[in-house]
Amino acid sequence: MKTKNFWAALATPMMIATLLLAGTPSVTANDQLSAAPAAVKIDNFSFGPQTVTVPVGATVTWTNADDIPHTAVSTEGVFKSKVMDTDEKFSYTFTKAGTYAYYCTIHPKMTGQIVVQ
Amino acid sequence: MQDKKQDFIDQKLQDLNNDGVDRRGFLKCMAWAGTGLVWTMSGGIPVSQAFAKSADHAGKRGDFSFVQISDSHIGFNKPANPDVTATLQTAIDKINAMPHKPDFIIHTGDLSQLSKPSEFDTLDQVLKGASAKQIFFVPGEHDMLTDNGEEYLQRYGKGTKGTGWSSFDHKGVHFVGLVNVANLKAGGMGSLGHEQLEWLEDDLKGRSASTPIVLFAHIPLWTIYPDWGWGTDDSEQALSYVKRFGSVTVLNGHIHQIMQKIEGKVSFHTAMSTAFPQPAPGTAPSAGPMKVPAEQLQKVLGITDVNYVRGQHSLAVVDSTLG
Repeated sequence: MKTKNFWAALATPMMIATLLLAGTPSVTANDQLSAAPAAVKIDNFSFGPQTVTVPVGATVTWTNADDIPHTAVSTEGVFKSKVMDTDEKFSYTFTKAGTYAYYCTIHPKMTGQIVVQ
Repeated sequence: MQDKKQDFIDQKLQDLNNDGVDRRGFLKCMAWAGTGLVWTMSGGIPVSQAFAKSADHAGKRGDFSFVQISDSHIGFNKPANPDVTATLQTAIDKINAMPHKPDFIIHTGDLSQLSKPSEFDTLDQVLKGASAKQIFFVPGEHDMLTDNGEEYLQRYGKGTKGTGWSSFDHKGVHFVGLVNVANLKAGGMGSLGHEQLEWLEDDLKGRSASTPIVLFAHIPLWTIYPDWGWGTDDSEQALSYVKRFGSVTVLNGHIHQIMQKIEGKVSFHTAMSTAFPQPAPGTAPSAGPMKVPAEQLQKVLGITDVNYVRGQHSLAVVDSTLG
């Protein structure tokens, strides 16, 4: 038990370090990702991450991982998903910079925003 | 499993303790009737009693009774209940087997899972077998997912106003079905909206304060847990219109569990679902369907029997589980 705990304790910071290292290039190579899609997972009646920042031209895809249907609808009427049942998706491509607040029209306590830069 | 049931009971106790209800009396009731639960309202003071005793009394003295069912979610097929049609059927069988026949049934919304015509068809098929032929509906948010509830309104909203609200009188009691699931605002909870509130004020105006009032709507008309949207933003306004009445009973669904609150002459009650349970407020990451062991499912689903006794200004609300 002692040995196992020791290695587990050691492994965690090592894994974090590895992840950090692996993550570094993608942070600096932001320009190359301008067309890369962003994802919002709907889980436990919430949008995750709640705020997503993307460059102009990016496509955001929402996926419903709940057992209950949800929607993603812009409060300003910019975009409106159909009802997404479990595992269903909705995508929207943002062509203009701005902050887009949205919510689930079925469970309006669920809110999120897409920041397009 | 016993622990789970105990947790469930403890949670109910906690909720009820906030209302000054006698804990020992409640425990006795739970022990005697399993998960059956009776509250008789008398002069605003809730009195608990054993299930069978009350049923006897209701049979002899009740002027009439009706049954509330809720949240049948026809079309739902996830692990929390792969066969919601079967459990609705069990609920209807239970109603048909009641010793005192209810005059009618009220369905407090979420008839369907996805507002699909095929789901409404299945619901109709099961409800056709109910001995009580008259059924009143209010929509849940799941019934208005597409086309602003057109499909729902065509089928269940005949003679209603706006998004499906209406009122009727039965043997001296005034019933009002309200809709708080339409045109919901970002960040908010349930909403009745200005037009419906005006209609409600007008509907109640001129009625004698001695008329017993029953309000029913899908989302609770009292704030149970704002973080999960378990409340109605403008319910205070609606409740201000019923303050002058001597007996007001508010029946809701949406939260798939029994919750009760007494406030002056107003008693609030939420019903179990016929489809699947949901967690007690704040006890889970979200309000999503709760999976219980298959043999426990019927113990967390149920129906609500409401008895009216003329002259007592009290409605006896009796919850009973399917199994």
